[in-house]
Amino acid sequence: MSGQGIGQILVYAVVLIALAYPLGLYMARVYTSERFGWGWLRAIEGGFCRLVGTDARREQDWKSYGKTILVFSIAFSAVLYAIQRLQGHLFLNPDHLKAVPSHIALNTTASFITNTNWQFYGGEFTMSYFTQMSALAVQQFVSAAVGMAVLVAVVRGLSRHNAKELGNFWVDLYRSLVYILLPLTLVLGVVLLSQGVPQTFGGHATAHTLEGATQTIARGPVAMMIAIKQLGTNGGGFFNSNSAVPFENPNGITNFLELIAILLIPAAQVFMFGKMVLARRHAVMVLAAMFVIFVAGLAIAVPSEQHGSQVLRASGVNITQGHGQSGGNMSDKEVRFGIANSALWATATTDASNGSVNGGHDAFTAYGGAVPLLNIFFGEVIFGGVGSGLYGMFFYIVLAVFIAGLMVGRTPEYLGKKIGAREIKYAAVGALFVPTMVLTLTALSVVTKSGLASIFNPGAHGFTEALYAYTSQSNNNGSAFAGYGATNFSAELGAVAMYLGRFAPLLAALALGGALAGKKAVPASVGTFRTDGPTFVVLLVGVILLTAGLMVFPALTLGPIVEGLSH
Amino acid sequence: MLRDLRASVIAVVALTVVFGLAIPAAFTGFAQLAFAHQANSSLIKVNGKVVGSELAAQAFDQPRYFHERPSGTTPPYNAAGTTFANLGPTNPDLAANIAKQAQAILKLEGPYNPGLTIHDIPVDAVTTSGSGIDPAISPAYAQLQSRRIASVRHLPLSTVQSLIHDNTDGRSIGFFGEPAVNVLKLNIALAKQTG
Repeated sequence: MSGQGIGQILVYAVVLIALAYPLGLYMARVYTSERFGWGWLRAIEGGFCRLVGTDARREQDWKSYGKTILVFSIAFSAVLYAIQRLQGHLFLNPDHLKAVPSHIALNTTASFITNTNWQFYGGEFTMSYFTQMSALAVQQFVSAAVGMAVLVAVVRGLSRHNAKELGNFWVDLYRSLVYILLPLTLVLGVVLLSQGVPQTFGGHATAHTLEGATQTIARGPVAMMIAIKQLGTNGGGFFNSNSAVPFENPNGITNFLELIAILLIPAAQVFMFGKMVLARRHAVMVLAAMFVIFVAGLAIAVPSEQHGSQVLRASGVNITQGHGQSGGNMSDKEVRFGIANSALWATATTDASNGSVNGGHDAFTAYGGAVPLLNIFFGEVIFGGVGSGLYGMFFYIVLAVFIAGLMVGRTPEYLGKKIGAREIKYAAVGALFVPTMVLTLTALSVVTKSGLASIFNPGAHGFTEALYAYTSQSNNNGSAFAGYGATNFSAELGAVAMYLGRFAPLLAALALGGALAGKKAVPASVGTFRTDGPTFVVLLVGVILLTAGLMVFPALTLGPIVEGLSH
Repeated sequence: MLRDLRASVIAVVALTVVFGLAIPAAFTGFAQLAFAHQANSSLIKVNGKVVGSELAAQAFDQPRYFHERPSGTTPPYNAAGTTFANLGPTNPDLAANIAKQAQAILKLEGPYNPGLTIHDIPVDAVTTSGSGIDPAISPAYAQLQSRRIASVRHLPLSTVQSLIHDNTDGRSIGFFGEPAVNVLKLNIALAKQTG
């Protein structure tokens, strides 16, 4: 890879941190001020609370907070499903698209409620403008805000002592939406628009090409959806090929900004957490652990893609970088992004639970494609999803502190709280439930006829497609080895995976937050394992690699490793 | 429970109306006023007729035009049905497609480029793009095609190369992304040159 490519990646990391830091401090203010906002915005918050019948000052304990989220998600699921099935009779459907088939509608409902945005459909030829804008894009705001609310509730649990309450869900939801997601979306949306991302209600355009053929060009209300899709770690694009399509991602600038948007809020939340629990050095160490795995992923993915696949090298065509091309594995990649920006995107989008893609992961080389898979399998805690990334990381942190405690023979402590059996149980459920489910569902999908019907590529690569599909859906990522096809079986199994994969860890995190809120403060002593130094970074990275990494290793050997070695 | 349900139903309706209708409608209105060209998918008109979009590839088969990269859509360059080709790195179909495309290029460009071998073909010329409508080819692939264009159109090679240069989008602000030659814009510029 060229110095230019490395330079682009370095600038990316620097800009990301420079933006995430002030945003994180701002977010801490948004959530901790009893009354936040200016003039009429504050009045609307009061109006919203009255409308849903909540008293903003009355906080909820973890069970009540979780119950509200479950009921809210069920209610929204019903609406999402209904809109897809009825879109043929609704407005804003200029291209006259018919009802979405029931199994696809079910999978898509689960997909957008859970912040997954797995796409078993091609947006531009399946979903009406109304469905995209008023059902799917609304969830891109709301599911992100739910994740952010849960995180802030858990962080409150960490920062409080002898308390039961974690916050008011409706207030946290409102503030995430109005003070964080909406302004960022509007700013990014306008920039994308200015660069060529469409925003129109006029149906498809028709062109008469230079050679005299007719070309239909799909378009729609795209720009705003793409902005929130990137910022809310959603990933569900307007078009089938997602951010590879020039109408979602026209040039190098938009690519850079969309890449920043993938990790911006998750990285900012680490700073927010540091501010809220008054443990900035600890937060910086958590961020450092994230960077270690992020960079390790890049160090594998970028050279693998630049080196190209065996088929390409054997073909004899020129894959050497330079002399007017970026070279490498350009299969299912776009010229304006080249290798460095495609591999960087694949790594970032799977470190986060974003799942948008600017190139086809199915066509990545064996090891280049294994990086996204592994990132997702870690539970997307490397920055991770908005909210869900950091609350997922808390599971690993509690486990790391527990293991450190075992090594020195003391009761583990974290942020001045003793970690007991109850907390370890919640953390273990949070960290291990999803990986276990992934392996079970993948196994189910490769031993049943109906499961095998979804596989597109032959050999070991086909197995990787199935493994990737259930890893991505269970962890609410949404990126795909997109050859993996939609059948009744795979769509329904996927829907189950997404719902369980979202709500089991979410409730475990709230329970953990609730348990920690009730603890009294214990002063740190010489025996306390320090969580604000490099030793902690090493331990945390080790725990992530060993718990999730070892679980997936046997499956990896059947997929990408066999494929990589069979050259 | 009932209390949560009532609150949820109200919130679902309110959020859908505000975030799903009101704000996007206002945003669309702004887009149509402030960025009408981009908001309507960057269409290009020649003599008042829409011939395509700056941001979408279209099929070019005739030798007097620069050709696009291969496309995985059905039919190729379907701007209303984007897709990856999804062929894995060890898939025999991938090897076959690449070999077939390379042979076609050798046959087409060979007569204008004596001594041309498969090692001279840049990788983007034989691989499908991510979207299936990648509007660009690499500068290397444009160079490879330039001698054919000059010969078929009876233009000096230098003229063709300066047109390629004019229609190359460099890295954004000189830094982000990779240089890319917009094929449709280049072909329109060529057609203007020679009629």
